[in-house]
Amino acid sequence: MSKRSTTIYWIGFSLILALLIVAPLVLPEFWRRFLTEILIWGLLAMSSDILIGYTGMVSFGHSAFFGLGMYGAAAALLMVKPPNLWLAIVYGLVGSAGIALFVAYFSTRLRDIYFAITTLIFSQIFYVIIFTWTDVTGGENGLTFSRPALGIPGLFSVPFSSETLHWFVLAVVTTSYLILRRITQSPFGMVLQSIRENEGRTRAIGYAIERYKIVAVMLSGLFAGLAGVLYAIQNRFAAPDFVYFLVSGETVIFNVMGGIGTLVGPIVGAAFFLLLREAFSRFFTEYYLIPVGVIFIAMIIFMPQGLLGFMRRWLNQ
Amino acid sequence: MTASATAKVPLVEVEDIHTFYGKSHILHGVSLQVGRGEVVGLLGRNGVGKSTTLKTIMGLVNPSRGRVRFEGSATTGLPAHRLARIGIAYVPEDRRIFRLLTVMENLRTGLDRRGVSEARKQELLDKVFAYFPRLAERRNQAGGTLSGGEQQMLAIARAMMLEPKIILLDEPTEGLMPRMVSQIREIIEVLHREGVAILLVEQNVPLTLETSQRVYIMEKGVVRHQCAASELRVNDAVIHQYLGV
Amino acid sequence: MEVISDFFQAIPYDQILIQTLNGIVTGMILALIASGLTLIFGIMDVVNFAHGELFMLGAYIGVVVLATSGSFWLALVLATLVVAIIGAALQITTLRPLIGRDPLTTILATFGLSLVLQNYALWQFGPVARKIQEPITGQFTLFYLEYPWYRVLIAGLSAAIIGAFWLFLKYGTYGIWIRATTQDRVMAQAMGIPVPWVHTAAFAIGAGMAAASGVLFAPLVGVNHSMGLDWVLKAFIVVVVGGMGNLGGSIAASIFISLLEAYASIWVSPAQAVIVSFVVLILTLLFRPTGLFVPTPK
Repeated sequence: MSKRSTTIYWIGFSLILALLIVAPLVLPEFWRRFLTEILIWGLLAMSSDILIGYTGMVSFGHSAFFGLGMYGAAAALLMVKPPNLWLAIVYGLVGSAGIALFVAYFSTRLRDIYFAITTLIFSQIFYVIIFTWTDVTGGENGLTFSRPALGIPGLFSVPFSSETLHWFVLAVVTTSYLILRRITQSPFGMVLQSIRENEGRTRAIGYAIERYKIVAVMLSGLFAGLAGVLYAIQNRFAAPDFVYFLVSGETVIFNVMGGIGTLVGPIVGAAFFLLLREAFSRFFTEYYLIPVGVIFIAMIIFMPQGLLGFMRRWLNQ
Repeated sequence: MTASATAKVPLVEVEDIHTFYGKSHILHGVSLQVGRGEVVGLLGRNGVGKSTTLKTIMGLVNPSRGRVRFEGSATTGLPAHRLARIGIAYVPEDRRIFRLLTVMENLRTGLDRRGVSEARKQELLDKVFAYFPRLAERRNQAGGTLSGGEQQMLAIARAMMLEPKIILLDEPTEGLMPRMVSQIREIIEVLHREGVAILLVEQNVPLTLETSQRVYIMEKGVVRHQCAASELRVNDAVIHQYLGV
Repeated sequence: MEVISDFFQAIPYDQILIQTLNGIVTGMILALIASGLTLIFGIMDVVNFAHGELFMLGAYIGVVVLATSGSFWLALVLATLVVAIIGAALQITTLRPLIGRDPLTTILATFGLSLVLQNYALWQFGPVARKIQEPITGQFTLFYLEYPWYRVLIAGLSAAIIGAFWLFLKYGTYGIWIRATTQDRVMAQAMGIPVPWVHTAAFAIGAGMAAASGVLFAPLVGVNHSMGLDWVLKAFIVVVVGGMGNLGGSIAASIFISLLEAYASIWVSPAQAVIVSFVVLILTLLFRPTGLFVPTPK
């Protein structure tokens, strides 16, 4: 990127960050939570973008990563007293990493549609396990737990308020974004994109594609799991609904609506989708998915580059 | 149009077409004509765009610039299935018969058209089986089980089912034994006698010169030379120049 | 010695017999759904996520027609026709514009369609499941067990529909067009076959078959807006295990997987028996990715 566009980028970034920091102070409670949710889903969508947008591997498995992150955190918060924030994060990440490893193994042996369907099946396998293993996972009803306090054991402990939780989530998501951005712009990220462009040629040049794919899946799974942990902390419950493949489907919708391969796009897509849902459910109550679904389909046909791509072209004119 | 007027309009006219495959600029302004009932050869080294020219005429590839005309009317951009029905047939380079369909079923893909009576269909079948007795023998065998030469026969026979006014033949002798090559020559002559025009892309120069009335030579996406085939039979310096043969 | 005879005595023979029949019945319905799915995938490389919803719509239309006319058979025929038309309309409006684009787009588009159709059904028919009567009641005796006639009828009808479809493909003029287009879209066009319309027709046929399964299956369970989801997942598994685009394979796979699941449900709950199909899929993908019932490729 040229010097000038880099500066513009960082200015834009700081502006948006500043807005997000200030937001909880001025917004009413409902919108505060809404914004936090956008951030969490945005993180999930970003993690999915690593696979879909950068490596070209369509995955419907993110509900598994997300769900395991959520249940992992739940496990920590329920089993270890007093509930510890960092432990919850660790358990959640370990849970989703485990699944990611599993999925990663298959990712190297399957291509395209077969990979997509397999990841979908995996989500469903975990859904069935979680749904039916009532003793451990609470089955249909899920698990409820209390929110841990923000603190470092032994030093201090401050319970989360709505604002501080938002800032915590914002910090985590922003850091994740910066890390992911750094990765996608690194040589590693370049190889991923080259795999997306032409897998055969990348292999012919001499890259061990399998290894790159495995790392991509692990990376994607970890950040998706992190989103799950955040969700668990924010909402204080874990439910099997989040492991159902529809969540994966919605994640992919966020990606496509926002623009795949841009990292920022998926967050925008998540925000757009959630706002649409909010708006339509005022008029259509539970049937908001009808108009939202139609808009989604129309966007696939007419705006395949997503909102970001559309805005980019519009600005270039 | 009066008879003499139609006689003047070329059957197929390609005017300054530019065709891209993705970002590759394959055809840089190709122009050529094929008259009614004419056999026209299209020569050139590998990769100069001969097949692409045929595909553009057939509507399988859309040119980004230029026009294709059939019997005087513009056909650029029309889908291939429309063109097949108005009289253009295509026999591609790797034959591409339907491997899982029987010989009979392959023929039926061209035969089952609207406005053709059952009697006429039977006539066409009989005619084609007379020309290609081997196909008659194997009529219920799957296309994929035929030998290379038989598949080439089938590909041509299939095209004939369309009762076309022009057949676009892409390298019909490629990979065939010499005995089959002479069979191809015979078929081209039969088709010519029946008044079917042929645009023949070939690497086999002698065959092309024997069967064609006129010849175009392409190089790097354009037509560099055109003349009567009879001229080239005597003067092969041009052939050496463009084809290095 | 005694252990062996104890073992044989412990096998629940009557359960196995019943589950064999159940497996075949479910397998035939699944085969009907999967045939449509595999036809659509084979001919236009579209993974039709909305297939389960076409099944569901068929069931609902069947319910409505049955309620107004009282005839189950009329319901079956009308639902099939109406959904076939709906399928054609959907293909023309949402899938034709996407030809030539990344296959991901069609998966997403059909996923979007499934969301819209599901919620539309929820909106129109409400969340409460509808039940309809079987057209034939009564059971027949097999050895010393009783088994419902209707289920046998379902299996028979599904087999008949699939059989008719196979005959159409093999001998019908348009059947040849479909097979030619599936093998080589480009040459089919060059032979004058109007490929875009063949695609639409294939989608319509697949949709109709899904709808027919829906109506046939409706008396066995409650008809509700989310009934398609489970079936579409299973149908995908069947299509992959049977070999993508392979009609015979998906039929064999349907019966195979349904039998396994039926037997599994003797020992575990139906919700968990579903895992059987998942395991089969994973094993297939690991060891015979082109399909279990497909001859090993060279």
